[in-house]
Amino acid sequence: MNSFEFKKDTLVLKDELTIINAEAFLNFVSANISSIKKENKFSIDLANLRTIDSAGVAAIDQVIDSLKKSSIETKITNASEKVQNSLTAFSSLELTGKDFVKPRKLGYFEGLGDKGFNFFDNVKYFIYLAADMFFWGVVGIFSKKGQRKGEFVVQSNLIGVNALPIVGLISFLVGFILSLQSAQQLRSFGANIFIVDLIAISMTREMGPLMTAIILAGRSGSAIASEIATMKISEELDALKTMALNPIKYVVLPKLYAMTIATPLLTIFADIIGIMGGFLIGITYLKLSPTAFVDRMAHVMVLKDIITSVVKSFVFAWLITIVGVFFGLRAKGGAGGVGRSTTASVVTAIFMVIVADSILGLLFY
Amino acid sequence: MEKIIKIKDLITEYDGRRILDGITLDIKENEVFIILGGSGCGKTTLLKHIIGLLKPVSGSIEVFDQEIVGMEEEDLDEILMKCGVLFQNGALLNSLSVGENVAIPLEQHSNLDRELINRIIETKLNLVELAHAMYLSPAELSGGMKKRAALARAIALDPLILFCDEPSAGLDPITSKAIDDLLLQLKRQLNMTIVVVTHELASIHRIADRIVFLDQGKALFVGTLKEALASDIKEIREFFTVGRFE
Repeated sequence: MNSFEFKKDTLVLKDELTIINAEAFLNFVSANISSIKKENKFSIDLANLRTIDSAGVAAIDQVIDSLKKSSIETKITNASEKVQNSLTAFSSLELTGKDFVKPRKLGYFEGLGDKGFNFFDNVKYFIYLAADMFFWGVVGIFSKKGQRKGEFVVQSNLIGVNALPIVGLISFLVGFILSLQSAQQLRSFGANIFIVDLIAISMTREMGPLMTAIILAGRSGSAIASEIATMKISEELDALKTMALNPIKYVVLPKLYAMTIATPLLTIFADIIGIMGGFLIGITYLKLSPTAFVDRMAHVMVLKDIITSVVKSFVFAWLITIVGVFFGLRAKGGAGGVGRSTTASVVTAIFMVIVADSILGLLFY
Repeated sequence: MEKIIKIKDLITEYDGRRILDGITLDIKENEVFIILGGSGCGKTTLLKHIIGLLKPVSGSIEVFDQEIVGMEEEDLDEILMKCGVLFQNGALLNSLSVGENVAIPLEQHSNLDRELINRIIETKLNLVELAHAMYLSPAELSGGMKKRAALARAIALDPLILFCDEPSAGLDPITSKAIDDLLLQLKRQLNMTIVVVTHELASIHRIADRIVFLDQGKALFVGTLKEALASDIKEIREFFTVGRFE
């Protein structure tokens, strides 16, 4: 049986009007709205209504408001004390839109200007941060005051030692695939031995540093950004400041030093493992002798290749760390803010590594 | 008054350490029941057991005459829909606005249309005096505002039982009193049963109908506030006298 019915100019509600039947009540009223509108006055009789919740009150208010627009005044009658209590507590009739302050949306040009200001503000902050990190990075070598003891070793382990398996595996596969794709072409020209030139130079000058940096940006850059973002949001960085500790020295420096040491070492490791991938293709698919491969490598590789690899890796290490710290420190909000900073740090670090790689590639060409 | 929550011989352990040791108590309909005790005595753990977030080693917990220990998750959800929980730090979702936070239970557990949901959000936020914060992010709110916003979310579905974990912790006395008044209003006007974990004396004096006093995982006392104040149990006497201004 329905809990609501019309009797002349009165809507009679029975039993209960709750979140379960509020929608059905509104549908019932809207189906019969034309008969209500014929009358000038209208009342809702709640004598037999036992239970009403906030959804029920909201539904009645919605009906009252919609009839008010057609200049029909609605009266609520015979509400029990319990129902009246709910009506009083949850009525939205007295609320006006003014109570709920909606933030003003920026116009197109305002938004554009705002983005421009934010961008320059971020660039300025990034430059200051990089300068700060460089300054404390140098000073910190000579003065250990304000740094956390033993943290450098912990970070070196996390950033360097723990990354060895993934850097090794990916570098081997890159060297292997690079050689495999080139081998077919070289063999058709009888230039099998040149696989050594290709793999040795491309791994040391390009793929080794780049792949290592991309792995570290995803692995360590994201960890740096999320850790610092969490620390910022939970006011841990403020707590350090109040203890007269510089967060850059206490939190960032161990990570920066660990990245500075670990990245070149991982890059050299990646170079060697990548070349081993090429070596495998050389001696199996191209039938080169191991001695010929090693002889040729000694002949084609020059010191500049190694220096290029190491210099690139230093630059990438600093870029990844600065970007991670930057996005960590700029984090706002709660858990969502940490997620956004981490994502932004990985994307930006990879982008900046590739841009820096292009510039360094031109410089060392 | 009908017993709405019945707990019998509740025992729980963590890493071999006994946290709750044979708790037995009943919570009656339309009362403000305070779970009281010093820090680390198991207050929040008891609350988390009642709302099914933690499972005990042994014992029984009945909510609305249904045993929730070992209950299927779907059945437990049915019960939880009749309960609201105000967490200690608010636990608002930071990626959503305050209004969107309050809307979550309404959107997920009802078939109401947007207009009706908006009306309910507005009334609930108005009730906690946060109408102006509807479009703000939780990160932009003060501690007291966060608590009130979380309270608005907890009562979004008009729960029969409202659980509050330290609602006054970290708040100034005026905000703390405002929250207590709100809880009393919910009890009086909407017949809610309110279970509060707290050790704030002022708050206890204002809102308590009955209390359980926990000490080292045991329920030392269950009774009315008046009985507690007259109790000669050393721990309870100490608790109520140490915090009092001379």
